[in-house]
Amino acid sequence: MRLINIRPTRREQAILACIPFVLLVLAYVAGSTLRLADNPADKLLPALTTLVDSVNTLAFIPDKRTGDYILWSDTGASLWRLGLGLAISAGIALVLGMLAGILPVARAVLSPFVAFVSMVPPLALLPVLFIVLGLGEVSKVALIVIGVAPILIRDLTITAMALPREMIVKAETLSASTWLIGLRVVLPQVLPRLIDSLRLQLGPAFLFLIAAEAISASAGLGYRIFLVRRYLSMEVIFPYVAWITLLAVLMDVALATLRRRLFPWSEIAQ
Amino acid sequence: MTAITVERVWKEYGDQIVLENLTLEVAPRSFLALVGPSGCGKTTFLRMILGQETPTRGRILLDGTALPREPGPDRGVVYQRYSVFPHLTVLGNVMLGPELQASRLLGRRFGAARRALADQARAMLAEVGLQGSENKYPAQLSGGMQQRLALAQALMMKPRVLLLDEPFGALDPGIRTEIHGLMKRLWNEVPMTVVMVTHDLREAFTLATRIIAFERQRNRPEERERYGATITKDIAIWPPRVAGTQTHFDIDTMPGRDDLTLDAAAAGTAR
Repeated sequence: MRLINIRPTRREQAILACIPFVLLVLAYVAGSTLRLADNPADKLLPALTTLVDSVNTLAFIPDKRTGDYILWSDTGASLWRLGLGLAISAGIALVLGMLAGILPVARAVLSPFVAFVSMVPPLALLPVLFIVLGLGEVSKVALIVIGVAPILIRDLTITAMALPREMIVKAETLSASTWLIGLRVVLPQVLPRLIDSLRLQLGPAFLFLIAAEAISASAGLGYRIFLVRRYLSMEVIFPYVAWITLLAVLMDVALATLRRRLFPWSEIAQ
Repeated sequence: MTAITVERVWKEYGDQIVLENLTLEVAPRSFLALVGPSGCGKTTFLRMILGQETPTRGRILLDGTALPREPGPDRGVVYQRYSVFPHLTVLGNVMLGPELQASRLLGRRFGAARRALADQARAMLAEVGLQGSENKYPAQLSGGMQQRLALAQALMMKPRVLLLDEPFGALDPGIRTEIHGLMKRLWNEVPMTVVMVTHDLREAFTLATRIIAFERQRNRPEERERYGATITKDIAIWPPRVAGTQTHFDIDTMPGRDDLTLDAAAAGTAR
């Protein structure tokens, strides 16, 4: 049988999916063992036991100075900034993207400007944000919004414009006003795409979050990583990176599920 | 009294003349079929009646008054595709028009008003043969059923003119024959004028009361831009079909049921 015709069953698929992860862990353990055998004080690839101890300390033992559980307070601070940034971006994108997608007049005003703004490298603006908005939460959330919102706006504009003209005309023959076309015809059809777009923007959003936290914060996942970097504390950095990745994956899955639940038709229509 | 009056209408896109000098009077309750080769402006003409496009010169009157410059609820439309909304259920699609008309802020009705509307919508769905599919989404329906849904959705608005843009062109022959039967019945029962674009001559002669052929009279390459298509034939079907009545020419013979007297008794006026 040709390789191209061999399809794994669900069980086999699950096993195959595990292979790269297992290989990664094995490679790490091998590297770590080799380095530690060479030099027991090596800090670059700590042993698995060291990592587990470190996670235990970070997650389940209160910090001596503040009394906080460091991992959870960092996670809380970061997710709050990320969630707020994404929510504000989605809100702005929904309003401006739909306006530009539906109304030719609004499109003429907004599209060139949004296209321009979306090309500004957000990280280059970070110093400006810190200077203008201060070192608090506002500047970090603002960085996420500046980085994510323009892309979302452009994507929603394109999605709204891609709706067949026939559908808009049909709504007009059903007596819809511009407002009602937006509310009952365009909005429900762009919302699934907004969720997908948000999923794609999770990566960049985390990037902006960690960049902002690295420079100035008193708590946060990115802050912690860049704090312990000075002490070469790989036993903190590795678990944090894995945790951030896991959070992003979970958010991605949650958004995908949300989309399926809220808009069952969008699955059927494809 | 005419339903639609077209007075010396031209349509040009830049230098390209698409339609030239169309003049037409359409009687109320007629079923007009527009036929002609592809790219001869049938659909453009339909869109002008719809209000999606405006004539470059000339004017179109609806019941004696000038046509608004945009589509409205007095003119319903069914396209070949994209006529129904994929995010609404079958019932939601049919309820949408009256909901939009009654609730200008939210576009939704609630409570007793909603239930009454849902009953009307179910009756309309039964009329087009879609009972039992109320809670499906359009993507779960076959092509023929989607077009039935599109008809039901348009008819909920009680349009004075129903515009059909090759509505049955993508359907299998068997399904098409069935939906022709439905279309004839609806035209007989609902007080409306129908204008249909089709490239299926058989369909045109089966359904219409009058057939208008569009054609380019000058079609040499160097003439193509400066001369548009115009009405070249205007055929009234004989014997005349009149909405709401039937002649014995209209009685379709069902396979295996070729006793016309039996059929006529059973069919009543609805054929």
